[in-house]
Amino acid sequence: MSDYKAVIGLEVHAELDTASKIYCGCTTAFGGEENTHVCPICLGLPGALPLLNRKVVEFCIKAGLALNCKINNYSRQDRKHYFYPDLPKSFQTSQLDLPICYDGYLDIEVNGQTKRIGITRIHIEEDAGKLIHGLTGTRVDYNRGATGLIEIVSEPDLTNPDEVYAYMETLRQVLLYTGVSNCKMEEGSLRCDVNVSIHREGEPFGVRTEMKNLNSLSAAKAAAAYEIKRQKQVLAEGGDLFQATLRWDDAKGINYVMRVKEHADEYYYFPEPDIMPIVITPEEVEAIRATLPELPKARQQRYKSQYGLSDYDANILTVSKALSDLFDQAVACEAPAKVCANFIMGDITRLLNEKALQPEEVPFGGKELAELANLISQGAISSSAGSKVVELLFQPEFAGKAPKAIVEEQNLGQVSDQGAIKAMCQQVIDANPKVVEDYRGGKKQAISALVGQVMKASKGKANPAMANQLLEELLNG
Amino acid sequence: MDNMQKQELASLTLTQAAGLLAKGETSSSELTQLMLERIAASDNNAYITVNAEAMAAAEAADARRRTGQSLSLVDGVPMALKDNFCVRGMKTTCASRMLENFVPPYTAAVAEKLADAGTVLLGKVNMDEFAAGNATDTSYFGPTKNPRDPRRVAGGSSGGSAAAVAEDTAYFTMGSDTGGSVRQPAAFCGVVGLKPTYGRVSRYGVVAFASSLDQVGPLNKTVEDCALTLSLIAGCDPRDASSLPSPVPDYLAGLKGAEGLKGLRVGVPQEYMGPGIQEDIRQNVKKLISDLQAAGALVEECSLPQLEYALGAYYVISSAEFSSNLGRFDGVKYGYRAKGYDGYDDMLRRSRSEAFGDEVKRRILLGTYTLSAGYFDAYYLRAQKARTLIIEDFRRAFGKYDILLTPTAPVTPWLLGTAFADPSQVYAMDMCTVSVNVAGLPAISVPWGVDRDGLPVGVQLIGPALSEDRILQAAHGVEALANSGQIPGQKGGAAHV
Amino acid sequence: MEITKETVLKVAGLAKLNLAEEEAQRLAHEMGKIVGFAGKLAEMDLEGVQPTTHAVKLENVFRADEMQPSYPREEILANGPERDEACFVVPKVVE
Ligand SMILES: [Zn+2]
Repeated sequence: MSDYKAVIGLEVHAELDTASKIYCGCTTAFGGEENTHVCPICLGLPGALPLLNRKVVEFCIKAGLALNCKINNYSRQDRKHYFYPDLPKSFQTSQLDLPICYDGYLDIEVNGQTKRIGITRIHIEEDAGKLIHGLTGTRVDYNRGATGLIEIVSEPDLTNPDEVYAYMETLRQVLLYTGVSNCKMEEGSLRCDVNVSIHREGEPFGVRTEMKNLNSLSAAKAAAAYEIKRQKQVLAEGGDLFQATLRWDDAKGINYVMRVKEHADEYYYFPEPDIMPIVITPEEVEAIRATLPELPKARQQRYKSQYGLSDYDANILTVSKALSDLFDQAVACEAPAKVCANFIMGDITRLLNEKALQPEEVPFGGKELAELANLISQGAISSSAGSKVVELLFQPEFAGKAPKAIVEEQNLGQVSDQGAIKAMCQQVIDANPKVVEDYRGGKKQAISALVGQVMKASKGKANPAMANQLLEELLNG
Repeated sequence: MDNMQKQELASLTLTQAAGLLAKGETSSSELTQLMLERIAASDNNAYITVNAEAMAAAEAADARRRTGQSLSLVDGVPMALKDNFCVRGMKTTCASRMLENFVPPYTAAVAEKLADAGTVLLGKVNMDEFAAGNATDTSYFGPTKNPRDPRRVAGGSSGGSAAAVAEDTAYFTMGSDTGGSVRQPAAFCGVVGLKPTYGRVSRYGVVAFASSLDQVGPLNKTVEDCALTLSLIAGCDPRDASSLPSPVPDYLAGLKGAEGLKGLRVGVPQEYMGPGIQEDIRQNVKKLISDLQAAGALVEECSLPQLEYALGAYYVISSAEFSSNLGRFDGVKYGYRAKGYDGYDDMLRRSRSEAFGDEVKRRILLGTYTLSAGYFDAYYLRAQKARTLIIEDFRRAFGKYDILLTPTAPVTPWLLGTAFADPSQVYAMDMCTVSVNVAGLPAISVPWGVDRDGLPVGVQLIGPALSEDRILQAAHGVEALANSGQIPGQKGGAAHV
Repeated sequence: MEITKETVLKVAGLAKLNLAEEEAQRLAHEMGKIVGFAGKLAEMDLEGVQPTTHAVKLENVFRADEMQPSYPREEILANGPERDEACFVVPKVVE
């Protein structure tokens, strides 16, 4: 039983971050009142005609280039037919055999190993509306209908749930960097279908099942894990697998069957006559390539080689493009890289979490961060005072203030006056005979307790390195 | 006004009506009132819906004219639209039970242009259900009778449009042509019908039959009216991606009567002069050939061997696109919903089954069949490749000829209720017109004499893409020959002079 | 070209049309005849011929990514056979 290998392929749908829908001018804004972002075109009224949003094509090319794809010089849209109440025209305008992008790859990292996952194709299509299931009927809201999507189809190169997670995480990061999608999984902006089959080495692929519309990284991973286990179990018990579409119940942690596919493909397609072919010249591709930002992998390399950051720091810093951009802006202002990195990975990330803010919502820029980092490295403030400044910068009444001004206003400056600190050190030594005794008895680490006392006495403003040095001198002198 | 005067006023051409309006010898209100009376009195069932606002629109046009603020030459002229043109706030039924109560919230581009020119919309005219047919006998609201002989069909699918012009209940009408739906009813009712180049006139807001073949076209009493109407509706529309950006020429400038035929190189494809064509129609066309030659045209027989595949290619492509375009009628957002269903799928099936007529179902099934797995390559893909060859055939012919001349239809209008052995016989009636749609070309049908029973015969003039000015010029010449009275029994445009 | 009743019934299922047995039988016959026209296409030598998907030689007809106002909800819902104040309503669909 254990010699079965899993074969996993992913189809990821990303809603594009355009202002208007793919074929009409209705807004793509999330969460409007039901059926208020609808017009004759996206309602599929008879006689209404689609007009393709240029930006949808550009975004698809951009995503394709970021995922190392080739771009089709000639591409077109096709109609994919099926009936469902969320699909107003009873066909989805998509792409069949001439997708905009094809033949790319994405490198993922699992347990320190890099693995290359093939990208079969990326095509553009329209999203469906939303069904709201009630007790007696289903209500249909077409606000989301005809929002532009890209579908990113991977090769079946994934072999375990950890790779599924890593692929989704890396892909999401790349899409966020390119800016083509906001990738808000909780709003359905990024969803994935997971295809799983198992087989023995050297044997043909097994029967494939598909889990649709998984909307979190952990759900994708859990669904894949569950399905591999289930398939192995069925075969171990001598049962038969059948081709089916499954639905993952995240709360219960199980898959259940949505429908069994009788025919391999019940959809029928033909070229969309109302949308003219898409012709993309090499010059246009290069122009779009020039707008690609530096992608996470390249940034990580640069952070390591240029700033001497560790693998760990480089990875964490590049998780979010916004935070990585903040870092780049700060170091561009001649700030010490490691201090900036520590602020971003520490205080800033903590405060974003506490305040439930997105990385894009850090209320200050690289210039402020650079100023703050320099105050620390110059010893003008302590690191705890630095944390305090960041905290204040997150408060609305300090918006737009320079860290230096805050330090002065709040009297957070570090005391580096040797005489003053020496006096404090002497007081602390006098007040803590027990600790002094321990130190002199050989427990050298006891000095940190004394430094702590000095910091406390100075309300955090004493330069801790100086305090340490002066204490040593006094105790040993 | 006595009946003679009324009849005279009703039979005016668009150009004449516009002229009288300009001189103040009639008013839009008078013309509109007259048309509404005639519509009410007619038994031909040309109209589905009469516009309740028509008189108000006419009065507004008259007010504009009084203050010198007319919107165009045709401001105030009453006209009608085929019932597949969406008009905001007015029922658009497509002659189907499915859309019996459908009131679109938006207006078709062409309807908008005509309203902007000040024309008065009298109402929406009958058609084959969803334009699937060639006799206007598949309408949910009953067939339209041919005003030339009410026992006979008016042709289709724009039968209501042709009949309204022929019975003088509109000074012109709009139709749509997917495989001959403007030209064939024009021929059957003895009026002029033009199918412009694909992309010349916006399709926006016209309920689609087959998106890659559909084109909007006018039906008129004369070629001059046709040129005038085309100049009102032609041009690029940014809402229709298939709309051609080419400039619109002056379609009236080239109309020179028989003069315009001098030196015209005319090809007569033998594929449309064979035994499939009714004998007296063939004789009529031969008479035209000699008249054209007498007028100085260079006429030659020619052959376009790929044309024999046009009917097959047409029925595959049109049915496929038709089935796709009609999927949206699912009883969810608009249109008919059945009662007493059990669940969504049953609702969907019952609504479609109860609200679509037989011909619509037949074409949906045919289209779904040719697109479904296993048949796509044999039918749809082959039809598209055949399409390429048919286009090339036409291109070669237009290297040699300015226009091609064919009968518009292989037969004259048949009796209503004629039982055909099977639908393929009815489909074959489209043989002369479908190739034009397959190739996206412009073509016009002009009345040319009558058959042995006195029924109108139409001839079709086909030109290369965007040669509407050329085919209108040629058609104007043919019309002049017809009006010179050499064709026995010919009425054609002469009746309107 | 032979089209069987079973094929017609299967296609009717895809097209969401209900057909009685005898209707399917009749349509099988009729569709067979019509497909006969298309059968002629089989005679053609189409080796290396590119399919024509659009009748005009236009490409890259796009609109700019600009927002336009949507329609008032009452107008969007006005033709709905069954609706509430905000949505179209269909019989419950189970995913
Ligand atoms: Zn819209």
